[in-house]
Parts: sequence; structure tokens; C-alpha cells
Amino acid sequence: MSNLSSCTPSPSAQSLPSTGSHLKDLDYSVVQQCMHCGLCLPTCPTYELTKLEKHSPRGRISLMRAIADDELEVSKSFADEMYYCLGCLACMTACPAGVNYAELFEHARAEVESKQVLKSPKRTLIRQFAIGWLFSDQRNLQFLGTLIRLYQQSGLQSLIRGSGIMRLMPKRLRELEKMTPTIQPRFSNELLDRVTPPKKEKKYRVALLTGCAQDLIFSDVNLDTAEVLARNGCEVITPPEQNCCGSLHAHNGEWTLAQGMARQMIDLLPPDQYDAIITNAAGCGSHLKHYTGLLKDDPAYAAKAREWDQKVKDIHEWLGVIGWDVPEITPETQAKVTYHEACHLAHGQKITAQPRQILQSIPGVELCELPESNWCCGSAGIYNIVQPETADLLLQRKLDHVETTGASILATGNPGCLLQILNGARERGLRMEIRHPISLLAEAYRQEKA
Amino acid sequence: MMQLDKSIITRLREIVGEKEVLDRKEDLIPYSFDGTAALKQYPGCVVFTRTTEQVSRVLKLANQENIPVVTRGSGTGLSGGSLPSDQCIVLCTVKMNQILELDAANLTLLTEVGVTTLTVSEAVDKAGLFYPPDPGSMKISTIGGNVAENSGGLRGLKYGVTRNYVMGMEVVLPDGEICWMGNKCVKDVAGYSLKDIFIGSEGTLGVITKVLLRLIPKPQAKKTMVATFEQMDRAAEAVSAIIAAQIIPCTLEFLDRTTIHCVEDFAKIGLPLDCDALLLIETDGHPSVVTEEAEKMEAICRENGCKEIRVAKDDAEATKLASARRTAFSALARLSPTTILEDATVPRSELGHMIRYVASTAEKYKLRVGTFGHMGDGNLHPTFLTDERNKEEMHRIEEAFEEIFKEAIRVGGTITGEHGIGVAKKRFLPDFAGQAQMRVLREVRKALDPKGILNPGKIFDPS
Ligand SMILES: Cc1cc2nc3c(=O)[nH]c(=O)nc-3n(C[C@H](O)[C@H](O)[C@H](O)COP(=O)(O)OP(=O)(O)OC[C@H]3O[C@@H](n4cnc5c(N)ncnc54)[C@H](O)[C@@H]3O)c2cc1C
Ligand code: SF4
Ligand code: SF4
Repeated sequence: MSNLSSCTPSPSAQSLPSTGSHLKDLDYSVVQQCMHCGLCLPTCPTYELTKLEKHSPRGRISLMRAIADDELEVSKSFADEMYYCLGCLACMTACPAGVNYAELFEHARAEVESKQVLKSPKRTLIRQFAIGWLFSDQRNLQFLGTLIRLYQQSGLQSLIRGSGIMRLMPKRLRELEKMTPTIQPRFSNELLDRVTPPKKEKKYRVALLTGCAQDLIFSDVNLDTAEVLARNGCEVITPPEQNCCGSLHAHNGEWTLAQGMARQMIDLLPPDQYDAIITNAAGCGSHLKHYTGLLKDDPAYAAKAREWDQKVKDIHEWLGVIGWDVPEITPETQAKVTYHEACHLAHGQKITAQPRQILQSIPGVELCELPESNWCCGSAGIYNIVQPETADLLLQRKLDHVETTGASILATGNPGCLLQILNGARERGLRMEIRHPISLLAEAYRQEKA
Repeated sequence: MMQLDKSIITRLREIVGEKEVLDRKEDLIPYSFDGTAALKQYPGCVVFTRTTEQVSRVLKLANQENIPVVTRGSGTGLSGGSLPSDQCIVLCTVKMNQILELDAANLTLLTEVGVTTLTVSEAVDKAGLFYPPDPGSMKISTIGGNVAENSGGLRGLKYGVTRNYVMGMEVVLPDGEICWMGNKCVKDVAGYSLKDIFIGSEGTLGVITKVLLRLIPKPQAKKTMVATFEQMDRAAEAVSAIIAAQIIPCTLEFLDRTTIHCVEDFAKIGLPLDCDALLLIETDGHPSVVTEEAEKMEAICRENGCKEIRVAKDDAEATKLASARRTAFSALARLSPTTILEDATVPRSELGHMIRYVASTAEKYKLRVGTFGHMGDGNLHPTFLTDERNKEEMHRIEEAFEEIFKEAIRVGGTITGEHGIGVAKKRFLPDFAGQAQMRVLREVRKALDPKGILNPGKIFDPS
């Protein structure tokens, strides 16, 4: 496993929690915060689908509490439940009592992993491959990306898809093959210089995070983001050697690895050197803003992590802070655009107004509201891979709503959602573009007369 | 200990299907409580029924085998009504969730009981009609739960409570017999008004499976405003004055300083924070009446020392304000892990007195309290903020409750305005109801459920 050296936790943060249980070690007030009023139930997609309390926030929290209270062992069925949860955090938006479900959920998954109740050779292999290797070093991810790109560009993919060979494969593999994203011809470090100079008077110096999946599948969005920032007076620093932010690791119970990734990030982009650290992937942003909790017991990093959390800004949020220029164009036609709210933007970071305002500011865009716009599309990290059935139910529900809007473009600020909805729309034969809001803004800027 | 006899589980599965019976520990824990603080008991199993017929067969079996059955809607009750009893069958209605008929000619809606209050309200609204009862929990509470608790809401003052909208219902009796009561007739005096016994019966007399609801025309206009006061009792006086002026607004809700801060912290809608009391006032009806009433109430508030009045600029803002108010109880939990709320209700002329009494009792027992509620109904919810692990403080809360209840009864009030007796208040019922009423209550129960299988231990101890 290459380059994991800096992921090794410092001694103080390395140990397992003192009780040997992540949930028991968590401050009891967090576990106890849920007063079981049930107000979150109607916003929880898994409860809505099944009407089972166990698949609801209130039910899940009661199970976590039962573990903290020694009433329940960490069982396989508990573990399955923790992985049936989407982690969409809609329950946090709904909860008047201020329950920190995100923290509970990550600790619960960490508990599951430390107790190894789901352990099977296949799962271990997959996790070691994906979480321990692939997403731990961007070079590995790029390597895989290059292979897939070859597969796609060489015509092999069309050949295989056309030949009917796939029909001989197990159903699951067929479905997965269909989901394989199209890899961008160039990764972010090939597209973007280390420094993108501001296009007008320099007001800020910001760092741009290129993300892991984003980098492979939507590196063009990274380029768009850098351009939009530069256009609005930011000098953009994009270090080429970026790794995953650790969100995948934390959401999948790999606490120690996540801590290592966080330290790496902070070392690479010392927060005191930037006005803001920009991300354009909602899922990453929602995790990136919580390094404080992750590194609170590490004296060498605790203070830096606090500063880091303050500096991390989603691109929409940052534009909201610094303001953005309305593109000076006069398009001949109007395009109907609808907006899907990525869970980790709407619920994880409470950013709801800015993306809409940005879209509305683009001449030629007619924004039409998507019913249930903040309802999960089923992508949810790697949920669509591990829970394909539920993910598909959510995707179809999303697409049904999308169709009612009559929009020709759907905008959303997260690579996972972009990909999920793109695949779904393609399957349905919908003629529509799926874009990042910032890409639409960048495109409009590009049409401006110099 | 948690396991019901396996053969019972098997027979239940034969009735409702394999997957509709839960009996594993991980499945039962999430059903071991309702919305009430500090109560917990595992059931023997949880059963989801989809048809009246299934409910009937489950009850027949339970009756034969003497197994307690606790009916549960969404488990948002605040008196422990759907708290399981040991080894019981929890019969959960949330999958009986079809609206069956909206009859615009007769202004009625027939629905299964597992439909949420909000779904009913929205469906009716689409048809240009109005179903007024709107408990704070309406997003998730079931119509069945509303009927079984005779729930109130924010519009109780003008429009009444759930009872005023129930025209008929289908009930499965404890022996499994299915019984229809009521109909679409506006008038009906054939026999005792039996449906009324089931309204507020807290799951102890039968399982309600369908409800026929009365609808009314949608008010043409409404006006919503927020008035702030320096002192709580000044707000209470303003409310008394509004009622005395013979104005019956649709909503007269109250939040104290602590609650305002918690609600604002959650909802972020710009509530005024520098006041001790806030009234949410809404009047609806004919546009000219709405304008006139709003003006009069504004004047009365000002006469009673109100600091500031803000009028909601549109429907969206009015809805935001009402939704924020609905979260009050849960929002108070931001301050402490355990929130124990109380539901005493007094004649409206006694409101000012009762508010002062609650405050002084809280002080006497050194308790933190946040108060909100349906002030226009004389129904306040002083909520004690505590930690259930602090046994000593929990004991002081018990003592404070006892005093508050006694005082409420003394001034002609009741120990519960809308949350029901359940287990949380059964200790106080005999004092309130008196011997004769207690006897009738027990006899009604015995007549309908001689074996006492339905929700045993609720309202009163099994005799
Ligand atoms: C945040 C919050 C706000 C609230 N605000 C209000 C409010 O403003 N006004 C108010 O009155 N209440 C309020 N409540 C209390 C509660 O929501 C109501 O009592 C509601 O009606 C309960 O509905 P439920 O579906 O959750 O029923 P449950 O809690 O599941 O059950 C309540 C009782 O009804 C019985 N029951 C349920 N369904 C049936 C059935 N089909 N047949 C027979 N018996 C049945 C149960 O056995 C139990 O005794 C609030 C609760 C919360 C958590
Ligand atoms: S998570 Fe929040 S909204 Fe959900 S039941 Fe608990 S306290 Fe209520
Ligand atoms: S994170 Fe999403 S799926 Fe999980 S409990 Fe919360 S609302 Fe439900």
C-alpha cells in the first residue's frame, strides 16, 4: 500500500476508544439527544419506503443507544442496518432537537468495522481494495481510471456491450458495468496549472480541491470551478498531488484511515495560507468541514483542524460570500433548468439558496423547482453499488419528478448525484443534460465578449 | 424473556404474512417507546396489518390466547399510550395508509387509519376543502392516533379538536368482531353515540381501522401575526381580553423566552428574541371579517403592553411561522436530553394565574422549565428540562407535577387537555375523575374488553 505512511496516526489518536466501543466512548449526550418525537420519520427515504422504525432515524438511534447502554451486542443485523442507512442526513435537517446524526452514524459504522461482524473474505478484499488502496492514493485511482479510459476509448466497451457477451455475466456485474462512468480524457492535474491567476483584480487566494472521483469523471468541473473563481477575483492554487479527503473512509467506519487522510490534507494545504479552501463536491465538503472532531485528540493537529474547518467552503457558498459577476451575455433562447439538491449540500452543509441564486443569475436560464428537490437520488457515496435495489427505487422516484418539470437541463453540485442521475436518465432515454451549476456559470462566462 | 411463544408468531405470520411480523431484538428495540420521555418496554412482537380482516383475525387470536395487544400508529404519543406491555403484540397501523374516498357532495373523507394527518390535510386542501385539526406532530402522526387520543392542534380555539370532525368509524372489537358506527348524515340519534366512546379511548376499547371525517369549506382569507410581550402574564391577559371581546381567532399560540430561543435556533426564521413571551395569532374567514378581527386584536395586544406586532407578509411566511411553532416541544430538547412536558388545561380566565403558579412551582423545586402551548384553549405545556439519569431531579419533577395538577383541578381545569392519560398520568386520574366516574370508566372498559387484552395498564391499572 503506497504512500500510507503519513496516514499513520500519531500515538495519541491511534488507540481504540477507551471503552473499546466507538458508541460507548461517544459523549453520552449525543446518544441521548434524540427525544424520539418522530418528526424526522417522514423525511427519511428508507422509512418512507419500508415504514419500518428500524429503517428510520429514530429507530437507528435507538439501536445505537442500546449498544451504548449494553443492551444490545453489535450484531450482523445491527451492522446491516447501519449500512442500509443512506447517510443522506435529511433527518438532521428535520430534527428540531439538534441531534447530531452524522456523528452518531459515523461512530456506529466505525463500531461495526471494529467489531468485524460483517467480516467475510469477499467484503474484506473489496474494502481493502477500494478503501485501503484505491481511494487512499489518487495515483492508484488515476491508474484505474486510465485502464477504464482505455477500455472505453479503444472501442472495447462498445464491442463488449454490442457483442452480447455481457448477457452471460451475472446480473449484478451487468448492472455494475452499465454504471461505469465515462472517464474524462484528462485528469485535473493535466487540465489545471498549479496556479490559475485571477482574471480581474486579485482579492483572494484560495486552494481548490480536485476530489478523487470528481477528478476522474468530472475533471472538467474542476477546470470550470477554477475559471469561475479566477473570473471573480481569486488566485487559485491547485496542487497536483491531491488525495481523497477521507470522507469515504469515515463514512465506511475506517476511522484511523480517515484521520490519516485528514492530516495529509492539512499538510498539503496549510489553512493559514489561504482565504478559503474550495470544494465543488458536496459529499467531500460535508466531510472536509469536520476535521475538528476527527483530529480533536491529536495535539499536533487539533488547532490546525479547527482553522481548516473554518476555511473549507463549498464553491456555491464561497461565491455567496464574495459575490459573483452576472455573465454579460444575451442568449437568444431560454433553457429550463431544474436543480437537484445533493444531500450533503442541503442537509450536510445547509447550502440551499446559493446554488439556486447562481443558476438564476445566468442569462437564459429559467429555473423551475424540482418536487422533493432535497430527497436523496440513491447515489449516497457507494450506496448505489452496495444497495442497488433501494438506490434504484430512489433514482426512479427522482426521475419521475424530474420529468414533471419539463426541464432540458438538470443541475446538481455533487459528482455522485451527477453520475447517478446521468445513468438513470440515459436508461430512461431522457433527452436532457445533467450539469454542475458551476459548469453552467463557467460556460456563460466563456461566451462573454472579451 | 422478550420472546412470545413461537407458535403464536407462526400463527400471526399465517394471518399477515411472513415479513409482517417482527420478533428479533433489533427489530423490537425501535418499538419499545413512543414520544414520551423515560418510558421503555420491549414488546413480544410487532405485527403490521393491511386490512380490517387481518386486524380482526389478530384480535381473535390474541383474545383466545390472552395476549395483550397494543395498537400503535406512528408512536408520537406523549402519555405513553403506545408503550408496549411485556410480551404484548404491537399492532402497527402505518401500512393501512390508503385514503378511500373524498365525497365532495357530502363533505366527507373516508380513510384508513394509518394515513398521516398531513396527508389527509393536503388531500383535502387540493379539493378546495379544509380539515382543521393540526397537532404539532401532524407531519407524522396517524389519523388513527389522532382519533384515539382526540388530539388538538393549533386551530383548536376556533375549530375544535379531532372529535368535532369524526362522523363515523370502523372498529374491530377485542373479540375480533367488526363494527361500523356513524355515517354521512349530519344528524343521527339512533342509539348511543358509540363512536364518541372510541374517540379518546387510547387503544383500550377497540382497534379503529377506518375513519369517516367531516370536512368544511376552506376559509377565503387569513391573517397571521406575531406579538411580543415583556412578561408572560401580560400575554395571558391579552389572550383573556381577546376572548372577552368575543373574538375567536383560529390560532392563539404561546411561546416563552426559552422556547422562542430554541425554536429560532432550529428554524432560523427571525423570531424576535428579546421578549419573555410571544403570541402567534391567526384569524381566518371572510376577508372583511379577517381584517376587522386582526385590527381589533392588534389594538387589544397593544393595550395589554405588547412590545411589537409583526404581520406575516404572505401565506408562505404564515406557514413558516406555524411550522416553527409545531417544532417547539422537540426544539426544547436542544437544551437537555430529557424533556418532560405537561398538559394541564384550565378555564381561560385562569390562565394568568396558572402561568404564575407553574413558574413559582418550578422555582420552588429548582427546575428548569420552558413553556409553550395553545393559550387560546387554556392548554399550556410547561416542559421540564432534565436528564432522566438524574433520579433525584426526576423525583422533584414528579412532585412539581403533582402540585400543578392539584392546582389545575382546584381552579376547574383538567390534568390533560389533549395528550391523554396513558401511563404518564394515570396516577392522577382518580383524584380528578372522582369515584363515580372511575367506576363508569372501568365498567365501559369491562363491557367491551372483558379479558382486558387491549392496551392493558393504560388509563387505569388492570382490575
Ligand atoms: C412534537 C410533537 C408535537 C405534538 N403536538 C401535539 C398537539 O399539538 N396536539 C395533540 O393533541 N397532540 C400532540 N402530540 C401528541 C401526539 O402526536 C398525538 O397524540 C397523536 O395523535 C398520536 O398519533 P400517533 O399516530 O403517533 O399515535 P400513537 O402514539 O402510536 O398512539 C397513541 C394512542 O392511540 C392508540 N392508537 C393509535 N392508533 C390507534 C387505532 N387505529 N385504533 C385504536 N387506538 C389507536 C395507541 O394505542 C395509543 O394509546 C405531539 C407529539 C409530538 C411528538
Ligand atoms: S432524531 Fe430528532 S426528529 Fe428524529 S425522533 Fe429524534 S429528536 Fe425527533
Ligand atoms: S441519514 Fe438519511 S437514510 Fe439515514 S436515517 Fe437519516 S434520513 Fe434516514
